[in-house]
Amino acid sequence: MPRRNAFTHKGEIVVRGGRLVDETGERRSDVLVRDGRIVAVEEVIDAPTGATVLDAGGCVLAPGLVDLHAHLREPGGEIAETVESGSRAAALGGYTAVVAMPNTEPAIDSAAVARDVLALGRTALAEIAVAGAITLGRRGERLVPMAELAELGVRLFTDDGRGVQHGGLMRRALEYASGLGVVLAQHCEDEQLAAGGQMNEGAWSSRLGIAGQPSLAEEAMLARDLALVRLTGAPMHFLHLSTAGAIEMIRRAKADGLAVTAEVTPHHLSLCDAAVAGFDPVYKVNPPLRTAADVAAIRAGLLNGVVDAIATDHAPHAPERKEDPFDEAPAGMLGLETALAVAHTALCVVPDEGGNDEAGDGWVPFGTGAVMSLRDLLGLFSWQPARIAGLDQDGQGGWTHQGGQGGPIRPGTAANLTVFDPTAEWVVDRSRQASRSRNTPYAGRRLTGKVRHTVFAGEAVVIDGEAQR
Amino acid sequence: MIVPGMTTSTGTPPRLTDQASDATGAIGVAEVTGAGAAAAEEDFFVDHRVPAVRHLLSIADLDRDGILEIMRLSDAFAEVSERPIPKVPALRGRTVATVFMEPSTRTRLSFETAAKRLSADVMTFTAATSSAVKGESLRDTVETIDAMGIDAMVIRHHSSGAPLRVTNWVGASVINAGDGTHEHPTQALLDCFTIREALTARHDGEIPADLKGLRIAIVGDIKHSRVARSNVLAFSALGAQVVLVAPATLMPASLEGWPVTATGDLDAILGELDVIYLLRIQSERLGEVLLPSLDEYHWRYGLTRARADALKKDALVMHPGPMIRGVEISPEVADLPASLVTRQVRNGVIVRMAVLFHLLGSGAM
Repeated sequence: MPRRNAFTHKGEIVVRGGRLVDETGERRSDVLVRDGRIVAVEEVIDAPTGATVLDAGGCVLAPGLVDLHAHLREPGGEIAETVESGSRAAALGGYTAVVAMPNTEPAIDSAAVARDVLALGRTALAEIAVAGAITLGRRGERLVPMAELAELGVRLFTDDGRGVQHGGLMRRALEYASGLGVVLAQHCEDEQLAAGGQMNEGAWSSRLGIAGQPSLAEEAMLARDLALVRLTGAPMHFLHLSTAGAIEMIRRAKADGLAVTAEVTPHHLSLCDAAVAGFDPVYKVNPPLRTAADVAAIRAGLLNGVVDAIATDHAPHAPERKEDPFDEAPAGMLGLETALAVAHTALCVVPDEGGNDEAGDGWVPFGTGAVMSLRDLLGLFSWQPARIAGLDQDGQGGWTHQGGQGGPIRPGTAANLTVFDPTAEWVVDRSRQASRSRNTPYAGRRLTGKVRHTVFAGEAVVIDGEAQR
Repeated sequence: MIVPGMTTSTGTPPRLTDQASDATGAIGVAEVTGAGAAAAEEDFFVDHRVPAVRHLLSIADLDRDGILEIMRLSDAFAEVSERPIPKVPALRGRTVATVFMEPSTRTRLSFETAAKRLSADVMTFTAATSSAVKGESLRDTVETIDAMGIDAMVIRHHSSGAPLRVTNWVGASVINAGDGTHEHPTQALLDCFTIREALTARHDGEIPADLKGLRIAIVGDIKHSRVARSNVLAFSALGAQVVLVAPATLMPASLEGWPVTATGDLDAILGELDVIYLLRIQSERLGEVLLPSLDEYHWRYGLTRARADALKKDALVMHPGPMIRGVEISPEVADLPASLVTRQVRNGVIVRMAVLFHLLGSGAM
């Protein structure tokens, strides 16, 4: 199979009229792309004959977004999503790279399965990196061949969907991983303490008669793993943290100098457990939607830099499964197509009086926090996650990926770009998702800010909000 | 302990019609930043009703006036049930389907008897004999039954919220006959009716309007009890003071917004109670390590002879059934005159007639 990479896409693109925002700063700039690379970044560029011109007037031009956490469901769950459909959703959401989670069927716990998924990614609309499982079959018993997977470029390992329950095994995994240049990522959930809870344990679970999962289930495993990081010195990444306590523990761990990073999801920074009041399983997710106080703490953690990345935990499920009763339906929400707009609306836009909860979906109003700058927001979506996933190094990684994600935008680098209109208002339409699934919790919600164009590896995969293939 | 939130002084849950617009609860800005922030009290009582079709999903679907209307209708149907032929043509030509996805012969028979006494046609669907065991989804099942042309669907389901979800898929009125650990509104209504009836003797033969001033303890597995959730709302809406009694393991994680007080010490309050309402203890709770043993439960919370003697003379003893003698209640206490258990069963039919008539009768259409 021919390998498509960042250097082979032919043709020229000019992104014109945008405000360029990357890690190095902000300035008014046009960008010229040729054969997959950025060849010029100047205040005004005349489009060469035959070049595709992408209008970025009034928009922000940023490095492509990088999602640390997406369930692309292939192999085994193609009824809900495929690498191709998931990558299309990603491109529409402004992503140029996605880390595919290993809880597929079979799990990504061997070089063979990893190669399969990477091969599917070669024709995708975004770079597909894979995360490997920590344990075979995600059963929490024996380690995967981590070195062999690392050789394929696998950088993150996680049993996501479950946490590694056995503390002794987790210790050995961290010790074994050290020296391989990889990072173990944890889904923090002590299953004994979670006790089969289907939503956040609290006032709402008590009123609705739905089994609750306490914040403690997340925080107890996080506490254990922070102690293991202290013991082993191995770096760890913490997935989808959802509680005020967890954010505080990360703050202290970082203050102590531990090598840890943390992500939160768009839904945990926007929605609270009041959303479950109608028993609609579209609001069922794991970790569950927490209280408004937890949402406020997550927003604060993003504003003060404790949290490193916003990751989608894009979790497609077939529509009929989300029509099962709440306790029987699978947990998970779509995220890729709405993530940046949701986070932008929640963190960067002070709504008009009373104008922010017409959909009745548990959206937590803006509150009294500070407004986040667009550059800080893009850091959480692009260069910071690119670094965690090891996708920032241009052309590095051999078999797995092209890299060059997260900017900065300058001549000679891979052309992975997002054009985002921060003032566009739009309403999420459940029936117009590129995902094979429909389980977005934001259907009918008005969001502020929309991805306009996405350039992946020199190809304009999204133009004016439409996927080009 | 007094739980913040609704007060017991008014005894009335928030009026549902006042909060339909923000039913699923946007939380106020103050809660976002406040310590221990959580939903405002009115958010707990969600208006589940779809305007065109009337459903009974939660006691919160009826306000105090709605409950009292059911009580008035029940008084009328109680008279009907004393007749030689206890049947009226009120729902002739209407069809009521009972859809029981969890076995409960008593409740199903109670609803079906009620429907038949109103001259409605009755269709029965139980999970054991149906396509549900072949893996058909709930939606497909209820849409199929709805397509046969029915006016009401009485649903018992093992999952909390299932009847509410069904209202999105069918045109019939949906009646919750018990959903998971959420609610069992008709049980609460028949319990209110039964208490009113028992109090008649104390009021010179007059049926009291409501339960004002009564102190009612609900004892047992509150956490997993749909009966408790509905009864808390119903009793307090009618003016009673409700106290929940259970070990902490069988209490809900949070009582925020509940119009109740709570205690773990039954013996301390026995002498104050007008009604003691016992809940069934399921042996599964032992495996979940919520109780050391059923004997220990009986020792601490069972209504023994000694505890019965500590009650006020005219205190009432209630239980939603099925009653496990020797756990919640000692065998000799179960048969005392104070026990209203068989009265509850009889009244179940009457109150369910009232509910069906309220939702489907000519006035409702």
